[in-house]
Amino acid sequence: MINFKIFLKGLFSIKRFDSPGIALGASFIAIGALLKNIGFTIEESIFSSFLIYALPGSLVLAESTIIGASLFNIFLAVWLVNARLYPMTVSLMPLLNSKNQPRWKYYLSCHFVAVSSWLILKSNYKKINKKERIDFWIGIGTATWLIAIFSTLIGFISADYLNKDMMIGLAIVNPIYFMCAMIGVMKSKSISVAIILGVILGPTFYFVSPEWCILFGGTIAGTVAFLVGEKYDN
Amino acid sequence: MTIEIVLAIFVTSIATYSSRFFGMLTSEKIDESSKIYRWFNCLAYSTLAALISRVLIFPNGVLIETSYFMRALVVLISVVIFFISKKNLVYPTVFSAIILAIINSY
Repeated sequence: MINFKIFLKGLFSIKRFDSPGIALGASFIAIGALLKNIGFTIEESIFSSFLIYALPGSLVLAESTIIGASLFNIFLAVWLVNARLYPMTVSLMPLLNSKNQPRWKYYLSCHFVAVSSWLILKSNYKKINKKERIDFWIGIGTATWLIAIFSTLIGFISADYLNKDMMIGLAIVNPIYFMCAMIGVMKSKSISVAIILGVILGPTFYFVSPEWCILFGGTIAGTVAFLVGEKYDN
Repeated sequence: MTIEIVLAIFVTSIATYSSRFFGMLTSEKIDESSKIYRWFNCLAYSTLAALISRVLIFPNGVLIETSYFMRALVVLISVVIFFISKKNLVYPTVFSAIILAIINSY
């Protein structure tokens, strides 16, 4: 079923000093505290991280609950903010595909696609035999998913001890970590252009449509980057 | 658990999982050396970058209570720390939290 040795290798890849575990944990502590402050129970908070496991989606859920948005509006807002998971999954799964592995592993483990796990896999997959990469990925995903769930619990429990300044400090950790990680992976022309243009066009399109800005900005930036890469990358 | 919150959690998780699921379906026939794979790879990085910059410039949640100047200052200091520390990811991340919490408390 699962190669346990490879699974554990993926699971423990989160232990590296500079792994996204810290950023992930800090931001889900903030989410746990936020959910408690807006009236979620401990079960609802844990349940939300268990099922959603995507930070921007959880933030939209929290804000939608505060303003009492309809279920349709919640769906649309979450879908738009988490649509980035679509190209992320498409760019991840071909690295893991093997005809020797059962398909259920892929459909179940695509729940683990998030920025943190995606970045860990992207920087480590070449070390693993392609036939066993899916087990490695399940290990990474399990580790990051459990961090998100337990950090939500910690945040919920410690909400009364976290003042506003501490919450603000926790909230900046995630974007700063991933911004630096993005700078770190700018090694080819196509990826560099994708990141730089994405950074510029995302907020630019916010003035056109706050809901669609990530999709519009990301799609244009990614397409231009692809064309640049096809022409100038080896 | 209240039914409204449980339904909202379910709707949020379906909206989130659908992108992952359709990504999985789309990837079934895509080879990692193909042009379409390279295009999706660029899209993944660009949408991520767009999301991160939107979160920093037009944030949700508690970050709204900080000014543009504060956030820009923290980003600038973090990038400098990132390069000084030979692209270590932990130092800028930890310092960003401390710096923003301190600046905001004054």
